[in-house]
Amino acid sequence: MSPLLQGILTVIIGVGGCIGYFWTSNYVLDKVLFPARGPDAGRNINRANAIRPWLFLFPALAALTLYLVYPVFGSFYRSLFNRSGDEFVALGNYTALMADSEFRTALFNNFLWVLFVPAAATFLGLLVAQLTDRLSWGNIAKSIIFMPMAISFVGASLIWKFVYAVDPEIGIIHALRDTVGMSPIDPLQVGFWNNFFLMVILVWIQTGFAMVILSAALRGIPEETIEAAIIDGASPIQIFFRIKIPQIVGTIVVVWTTITILVLKVFDIVYTMTGGNFGTQILPSYMMEYMFRDDGRATAVAFVIMIIVLPVMTWNIVQARKEVR
Amino acid sequence: MATNDDGIAGAKSSLSLVTNVSVVLLVILWLVPTVGLLVSSFRDRDAISNSGWWNAPFATEQNFAVGTEGDFSRGPDGWVLTGNVFGDTGSGTITAFGGQRADPTAFEPGTTGELVRGRTLAMEANGDFRYVDPGDEAPGRNPSIYFATSVPPTFSTDNYETILYSNGMDTAFINTLTVTIPATIIPILIGAFAAYALAWMDFPFRGTIIAIVVGLLVVPLQLALVPMLTFHNQIGIGQSFYGIWFAHTGFGLPLAIYLLRNYMVGLPRDIIESAKVDGATDFQVFTKIVLPLSFPALASFAIFQFLWTWNDLLVAKVFLPSNSDSWVMTVKIADDLLGSRGGDWGILAAAAFVSIAVPLIVFFTMQRYLVRGLLAGSVK
Repeated sequence: MSPLLQGILTVIIGVGGCIGYFWTSNYVLDKVLFPARGPDAGRNINRANAIRPWLFLFPALAALTLYLVYPVFGSFYRSLFNRSGDEFVALGNYTALMADSEFRTALFNNFLWVLFVPAAATFLGLLVAQLTDRLSWGNIAKSIIFMPMAISFVGASLIWKFVYAVDPEIGIIHALRDTVGMSPIDPLQVGFWNNFFLMVILVWIQTGFAMVILSAALRGIPEETIEAAIIDGASPIQIFFRIKIPQIVGTIVVVWTTITILVLKVFDIVYTMTGGNFGTQILPSYMMEYMFRDDGRATAVAFVIMIIVLPVMTWNIVQARKEVR
Repeated sequence: MATNDDGIAGAKSSLSLVTNVSVVLLVILWLVPTVGLLVSSFRDRDAISNSGWWNAPFATEQNFAVGTEGDFSRGPDGWVLTGNVFGDTGSGTITAFGGQRADPTAFEPGTTGELVRGRTLAMEANGDFRYVDPGDEAPGRNPSIYFATSVPPTFSTDNYETILYSNGMDTAFINTLTVTIPATIIPILIGAFAAYALAWMDFPFRGTIIAIVVGLLVVPLQLALVPMLTFHNQIGIGQSFYGIWFAHTGFGLPLAIYLLRNYMVGLPRDIIESAKVDGATDFQVFTKIVLPLSFPALASFAIFQFLWTWNDLLVAKVFLPSNSDSWVMTVKIADDLLGSRGGDWGILAAAAFVSIAVPLIVFFTMQRYLVRGLLAGSVK
């Protein structure tokens, strides 16, 4: 059977199964288990209503538990065992990681990524949002800057491979260098800075995301505060930094943390552009080197990423609890 | 320029000029890489290696070699061969010519060039040449001559044909589609029911579950790779399309629940309560009222999940079999084409465009919903 046919069949079975589950379980609850008839009608309705939320939640909770909650513990547990998984090595994988210079490079580079990408993308996004705010063709400009969001990291990497190509007939950077008589260099092999050339790709993708959200936040600022500032004689620069920024600082934090989380997931760019060579390794791509070869080591790296994410996760949960109350 | 005409924020025309210019620069900066790829994908290998894509709309100077045909005839100054380098049918303008491979553009058209051993070659701008060999015996074989001419820009879809019909990109495209469709639709359904329960039903631990979902939004999915692949192997689905559908469903659910709940909570309470007063059950309220009203949120999550699964490389590498029959496009490009076709820029560009065309179409037609979804998820 062709995979596509299999896929369509899965959609039908999956969707049908979901609807069937929800409908049937609901029917059984209302008509069979606790029918709203007879002497216990009132109590039955209450009982049914107490159970129904869990019927609605069950498939989602089951999938979340299996695919996201269990792996946190499963991965940690697995990381305590050796390569083949039959010998308990306690924190052996972690000490091995610390001793590996490539891991330390990856950790350091990841630190650079986490510092640079969210900062640059948020800054550029804010800049574009502010510049296009009152522009007649602002929406077209925004659309174009937003566009890389739709492109895969692999596609984006290929696009930038063209830009960085050493051949002056292909890479536009080298063509420009060529015309002013500079010798070609491979940006991906320039020690330390090559990390930033890779980060540029992610900034190029994520600026649109930051721009869309910050632009909406800027629009949400009450006009009176800006009008009052103008009447008091504030310059546009002052208005931007003293009036607008303080009012959207919450949104800036959200954008910043969202991009930070994303940075810790993306292995595609490094994998496609350099394969982790030339000192550009980061944790997600380092993990993929061990995936399928040494699960103990791979899960240990994954857990290190989890530990880095933990503060953001805690902050998110605290915020969510505040909102729900 | 129509900027600042409402006179709200400091209306200075110099500022507005600076704004316009900087936005134009930013837009160009953002567009250039993609345009370069698009242009390159329509150029053949020779054109790409001869001139940068930014020169693609212009004619380029290229060197050619032709083997002459016809017989030498005895003239007063030696054996003579005449003809036209463009043949009987072609035409063009010669900018330079030569008689040696090492120096193909030695002479100007309209002059006579001295070659080795007293031989001469004359060529006019229209391609007519006259080759003279002063030797006593007729030359054993015809000489090759060299010339430069400007070639008009050519664009072709050859790269796309190559990549689609002989490189397995068509299979990869189908595979991507196969992964994407169920992995987009199924989480929407499961997520919508859960979101409704979390938004409009009252039960213990509701707040805790919402907090957990928010926490799960940021769990790095690298954690799930090893344990879930082991689990899939244990239950017998191993590396397969089923595995990747389940995985994408699990990974997409936190965002689905979070986005849809945020939207559903904002629906007017009156509608839902009056329906309940009229005797509607939660199931009916959900299917008949909440689901249709939540269409914008459903659409925006669908777009997110579609883009994410279509563009994904990590999950596909781990949960799909590693044989070439089940490669999705991202894997195909990253693991196969970049290695085997590393220097073939036209092919790479065409492959990249095949893979990003569908997301770009979805993006530009559904941008409204995408933006709305982003805002629902981030701005309070």
